[in-house]
Amino acid sequence: MNAPAVPLRLALIGNPNCGKTALFNQLTGSRQKVANYAGVTVERKEGRLHSAASGRSYAVLDLPGAYSLHAASLDEAITRDLCRGFLPGEPVPDVLVCVVDATNLRLHLRFALEVRELGRPMILAVNMADVARRRGVTVDLEALERELGVPVVETVAVKRNGAKALIEEIDRLAAVRHAPAKQLPEGADLHQETRRLLSAAVSMPTRTAKVDDALDRWLLHPVFGLLALAVVMFLIFQAVYAWATPMMDAIEAATAWLGATVGGALPEGPLNSLLVEGIIAGLGGVIVFLPQILILFAFILALEESGYLPRAAFLLDRMMASAGLSGRSFIPLLSSFACAIPGIMATRSIQDPRDRLATILVAPLMTCSARLPVYALLIGAFIPQKQVWGVFNQQGLVLFGLYFAGIVSALIVSWVMKKWRRDKSEHPLLLELPSYRIPHARDLLIGLWERAWIFLRRVGGIILALTILLWFLLSFPGAPADATMPAIDYSFAGRIGHAMTAIFAPIGFNWQICIALIPGMAAREVAVSSLATVYALSAADDDAAAQALTPLISDGWSLATALSLLVWFIYAPMCISTLATIKRETNSWKKMSFATLYLFALAYGASFVTYQVAVLLGAG
Amino acid sequence: MTLNDLPRRTPAIVESVNDQSPNDNIARRLRELGFVAGEQVEVVAEGPLGGEPLLVQVGFTRFALRRAEASRVQLRTGEANA
Repeated sequence: MNAPAVPLRLALIGNPNCGKTALFNQLTGSRQKVANYAGVTVERKEGRLHSAASGRSYAVLDLPGAYSLHAASLDEAITRDLCRGFLPGEPVPDVLVCVVDATNLRLHLRFALEVRELGRPMILAVNMADVARRRGVTVDLEALERELGVPVVETVAVKRNGAKALIEEIDRLAAVRHAPAKQLPEGADLHQETRRLLSAAVSMPTRTAKVDDALDRWLLHPVFGLLALAVVMFLIFQAVYAWATPMMDAIEAATAWLGATVGGALPEGPLNSLLVEGIIAGLGGVIVFLPQILILFAFILALEESGYLPRAAFLLDRMMASAGLSGRSFIPLLSSFACAIPGIMATRSIQDPRDRLATILVAPLMTCSARLPVYALLIGAFIPQKQVWGVFNQQGLVLFGLYFAGIVSALIVSWVMKKWRRDKSEHPLLLELPSYRIPHARDLLIGLWERAWIFLRRVGGIILALTILLWFLLSFPGAPADATMPAIDYSFAGRIGHAMTAIFAPIGFNWQICIALIPGMAAREVAVSSLATVYALSAADDDAAAQALTPLISDGWSLATALSLLVWFIYAPMCISTLATIKRETNSWKKMSFATLYLFALAYGASFVTYQVAVLLGAG
Repeated sequence: MTLNDLPRRTPAIVESVNDQSPNDNIARRLRELGFVAGEQVEVVAEGPLGGEPLLVQVGFTRFALRRAEASRVQLRTGEANA
């Protein structure tokens, strides 16, 4: 056994929706590394395949899905350049595994022919062979291999050992590494060749699956389809907010316990304060959103795998296009209701750069779950609990109004951006609606794990740095011995807060709110605990500090101030992690600054109008 | 007749895809996706607002196309839609 020191490099290549990623999961299991290609936001997935039969190890790359090597998107350009060895730092793959869906060979074989013309050692994996058999599709593998001139194997990516034949073939081809036996003459018609291959090796009784026809008839129906979409979204929201609560409570309790334990074990002092109030509380405040994000992503992944999400994009495309977005923007915006960070990361699926940027810029307007604690506090303190028209709860209506205001604002903002740009060029949809499939548990779990990990890694570093900075601002310099005012007044944060009132007085914010806005930049919901800190520290005695925040602010603030703060939170670009994600995903400081400024201007303007109108109406 | 004018659930045969500008990327992509002479197409569904986008079956695949995209696809007349 002469296993080479450097493992051979395999690359999986194929059309979107060919089951390539499921096959990649089957080959590499959980031994995967997810990163980006250098300098661009295209996901790079690499894993290890160990062949038990030969004892060899392979590095497997899951290339971005492509319809053609004539690239129309960044994803396709990466796939093209990598296969040709034009991508710096990425050696040409030793063996290409071209994956095709056995039920969609008319489209996929054409691309396989394009790949074959590269002249690299190649295997054709006819995937989803089980689904094809159920539909009565028969593929004569030997005939296809003979006509195509490359090894052809059958795979079932979602079944244990479904890639056995493929691994054997990889071992065989790795030993000799010969180029495809056939090539077409320059400029040959690939469609004609595809039809020849199909007639030589494939028989298909029907063009479509009956179940797809039936489901599409209902799920894309102008009335029932929209109704079904509304039900699905309602269920997702219900799950995100209801199911996540126990887990979030547990994380909060664990954070508090950890803080108390560490705080008790260490001597009083700056280190104790940094660890407990800075790092543990700060990171806990972010991890607490993980359950909601995981539940949301579980739904999104399941819907994506099942083939429903492109249908939702189909139903909403016209509406979103008239607002300057695209049907594809739906998924990222939906994710942004949990947290804008995964939402902005999900815009990678939007190929059109203009549509993608518009989606990124409005994603922070979706009411993320970090705003909920702030809304809950203010609504609880200022909006009376009473029934409106006998059925609706007034507090619930206000909350709904806040969500609604965010959505409407996003549509208006993207519409204005579209008009402003005066962009007359055409931005195509060209969206494939794949066959419906039952999602596979392993692929869901691997997908969830990846996203959770990316979220924690992205957010963790930024939040950690910021919480330390904020802790410093809030703790230093300490109060002098003869202090007459609360300690926070003497700190940098206190001084900044007092200075900020000059700007924020016209929208009704007092200095306590201004101070709370500073730590709120790490994560919006921290504003609530900061308010508690500010009021606790400002209070003359411990009794006042122990009191709940609600009566304090409902006595201390005017209704106008409360309304203004609610409106502020719809728009304000107060989440540094979101801004950092925008910078990373757009690779541009300019675009990030634009997002910050426009959100700030919107927030200030809307709060100003709200406050002044409320004061005029006598709520000041 | 173009794909844009094709009534729902009426199979038709593609004649060609026309470039609307020199080097029309959208037309090229449509050809790559299988909109080529002789291929059967059918409008399966239309979006709920303004009949847009169209859901078009070509080969074994369904694509959502906006009307501007569909208008590039020229259909054969007098065949298959009798």
